[in-house]
Amino acid sequence: MSDVPVLAIEDLTVTIGTRRGPARAVAGVEWSVRAGQTLALVGESGSGKSMSMLAATGLAPRSARVTGRVHLLGTELTGLPDDQRRRMRGRHVGFVFQDPMISLNPVLTVGRQVTEAAEEHLGLTRRAARTRAVELLDLVGIPSAATRVDSYPHQFSGGMRQRVVIAMALACEPDLLIADEPTTALDVTTQAQIVELVADLQRRLGTAVVWITHDLGVVAGIADTVAVMYAGRILEQGSVDAVFANPSHPYTAALLAARPDPAAGGGELVTIQGSPPSPLDLPAGCAFWPRCPVRGDARCEHELPPLVPVSADHRVRTFYPHPADGESR
Amino acid sequence: MARFVIRRLLQSGAVLLGVTLVVFLLLQLVPGDPVRVALGTRFDPQTYEALRARAGLDRPLVVQYFSYLGRALTGDLGVSFRSGRPVTSIVLERLPATLSLAVTAVVFAMLVAFPLGILSAMRSGSLLDHAARVFSQFGVSVPDFWMGIMGILLFAGVLGWLPPSGYVALTEDPLRWASHVVLPAATVGLVTASILTRFIRSSMLEVLSEDYVRTAEAKGLRTRVVVLRHVLRNALIPVVTVVAVQLASLLGGVIVIEVLFAWPGIGRLTYDAVQARDYPVLQGAILLVAALFLLVNLLVDMLYARLDPRITAR
Amino acid sequence: MSGEGQLRRALSALRHDPLAVTGTAVLTLLVVVGVAGPWLAPAGVNEVNVDRMLEQPSWSHPFGTDELGRDVLSRVMVAARVSLQVGAVSVGIALLVGVGLGLFAGYYRGWLDNVLMRCMDVLFAFPVLLLAVAIVAVLGPGLLTAMIAIGVVYTPIFARVTRAGVLSVREQVFVRAAVSIGASDLRIMRRHVLPNIAAPLIVQTSLSLAFAILSEAALSFLGLGVQPPAPAWGRMLYDGRGFVTEAWWLGVFPGAAIFLTVLAFNLVGDALRDVLDPRQLTVSEARRSAG
Repeated sequence: MSDVPVLAIEDLTVTIGTRRGPARAVAGVEWSVRAGQTLALVGESGSGKSMSMLAATGLAPRSARVTGRVHLLGTELTGLPDDQRRRMRGRHVGFVFQDPMISLNPVLTVGRQVTEAAEEHLGLTRRAARTRAVELLDLVGIPSAATRVDSYPHQFSGGMRQRVVIAMALACEPDLLIADEPTTALDVTTQAQIVELVADLQRRLGTAVVWITHDLGVVAGIADTVAVMYAGRILEQGSVDAVFANPSHPYTAALLAARPDPAAGGGELVTIQGSPPSPLDLPAGCAFWPRCPVRGDARCEHELPPLVPVSADHRVRTFYPHPADGESR
Repeated sequence: MARFVIRRLLQSGAVLLGVTLVVFLLLQLVPGDPVRVALGTRFDPQTYEALRARAGLDRPLVVQYFSYLGRALTGDLGVSFRSGRPVTSIVLERLPATLSLAVTAVVFAMLVAFPLGILSAMRSGSLLDHAARVFSQFGVSVPDFWMGIMGILLFAGVLGWLPPSGYVALTEDPLRWASHVVLPAATVGLVTASILTRFIRSSMLEVLSEDYVRTAEAKGLRTRVVVLRHVLRNALIPVVTVVAVQLASLLGGVIVIEVLFAWPGIGRLTYDAVQARDYPVLQGAILLVAALFLLVNLLVDMLYARLDPRITAR
Repeated sequence: MSGEGQLRRALSALRHDPLAVTGTAVLTLLVVVGVAGPWLAPAGVNEVNVDRMLEQPSWSHPFGTDELGRDVLSRVMVAARVSLQVGAVSVGIALLVGVGLGLFAGYYRGWLDNVLMRCMDVLFAFPVLLLAVAIVAVLGPGLLTAMIAIGVVYTPIFARVTRAGVLSVREQVFVRAAVSIGASDLRIMRRHVLPNIAAPLIVQTSLSLAFAILSEAALSFLGLGVQPPAPAWGRMLYDGRGFVTEAWWLGVFPGAAIFLTVLAFNLVGDALRDVLDPRQLTVSEARRSAG
């Protein structure tokens, strides 16, 4: 495999113009993902994890201002004209969105929706594209794909629809698959099946995957690297092994503690008090400070902590790494 | 699909039956004796008895209704109190004039409303969008007969480009038909266009915010393809109903416009029948219009079911 | 309950919407003219003056004079009352009858619902103005019959809006709770159901007022509304249409009065809808047949 990351993001910032002024949704985000690897973007809703991916691939709303550098297979995307960026995105990136009940067009057959990207980017004829659609539906485990290809989305169950969406995302054999909370809208058994399907497809196709989630439990099973986001910034990032073994930001530690652990058996569910700050009114210092269990000094309130290395493959944005400075607790 | 069609057919049939009852009862609600009222000063006992017997007014109400219904089913809607001619042929004679006006107006309205509604939704907040909203608010609020009078004032009076009123059959002289249809059709069409523009704009905006549109964009499709294949297909489904309802009510005869422009259609016929108290003609005109209205709605529902695969599945 | 909260929210939002403020100002002016028109008008509405027929607008007759030498401004002012009266009474009829029918149909369901709503379907099968014309034709032209006719025509819309609202509210927890503690049907409707369907009804009322005034103008244009010599905007246009190429003011001013009135009601109605009920499909708009 080549050394060039499939997707590399540097200093990505997204500001959205709203009626009540500019809202900074993403600030200075930086990460990369290599072929065959999985990066997990973790955070609460509104943390900027989805917006950073949409902005990086040119899908941000019109009111958004996007700065920073985005390299897809070595090509700088942010400076590209809309039309070329659209082609890069369609040819090399596949998307799986959160809710399969609303991310499929109700009036087109699933076959048509699976094939249209292949027609556009691979120049397949309508007939060849259809054959491809059947193969893809088969690949993602839809029974009797050859007949189901002409069905409409409403004729499928939620889990089957998400399989259709995955087939759609794979239509152009993408180098990168972006899965934006693809299991949140599904029931628990189906969730596990979809996670397993994506992991299996990744092994077979060697695709890079960015998995956006608020569920650290999923991350441990599938990801190689992880980035924890809060109020538009990365608070902690590194290899899954390093971060899980030694969660250094109080926020990450709290998230891990809040994870329901079936082994612990009916233990008390820990939650983090308070809610994230409004993107319209972000604090000058650490955005997590008002909710932080460590509660540092005035420095936390007024000064933004830099992202500092904990080890070779692990960085954290805090003045008080957890639990290293035991005395500060 | 077949079950859906049958259910809708039965529903429409039931409503049509109700419509015949309303139309039949209209005559019964006329205070006093409708035949005497209709004849007025031209009263003579012989005509009076003949018309009463012909209308079956001397029999019990229920019998009257069922005989009216039975005759209506065979296409017999009675005879005019005025001319003694069969109502069915009087009404059908007026259909071409109304049809040509209604269709022209709706085509005009669609030509204006589709580009305007679609563009103003896609450039929401732009100057064009504001202009479109002013236009549709104007069209929804303006009385169409006033627009018509202003049109006559400008194009027939000041500029002298068009005839102020009158009708020439399309089959007789297409060019002269066209010069006569322009003003009334533009007047009616303007109102229709403003209603349509508004509806298309809001329907487009709603679909543009759907997740599946973002999915289509994520696939890297061209904007044209996203709009044509994904947005329009969905946004236009409800618009079809609105276009059809508009067309159906225009087929009902734009009474005021037909009176203003001396356009000999169903609307003008209705007006004349009211003035002359020619109740059988009034009944016939209303029945035909309501039947047409139901028919158009029925056809639209069928079309709707074809456009939206979710409907027949239920 | 939520009905009151919504109302307060609506009113405060209207204060910040320039279009709604304009609409409200125009309506206020209209009501003043409608009430005090005969005293404010510079001349009597039926002061015939054959020496001053079809005079251009001037200082003594700002809107000119008509074919009988009557002052057009005075007639336009006095006619405001007729339009507002017909609009208010006919929409009042439609509101009372329609809401009543819709409440019973939606609340009790069953055969009653079926019969009532099929009746509404039948009324819906006629184009708006045609039905009004037919009713007036039967009852005889005049102010009262015009009000009744327009009221009947707009009843189905209110019945449908109400019924749809009742159906969605009925299943909600607080209504079920009220039923389970044995509250009477009337009490449940008044206390729980009505406040929750107030928003769409308010929107529908203000938009219907606009349509009702247009319908009244069309009826009186056809000579089926208020009878001469009482002035009505639609009738003035009908009478003046033959002179319009020589006397533009006969066409312009009464029509502008109708337009401004309808526009004002529409502006307020749209603003209310944006605040109270943004997703309501405008049945009446789609149905407003070219009069």
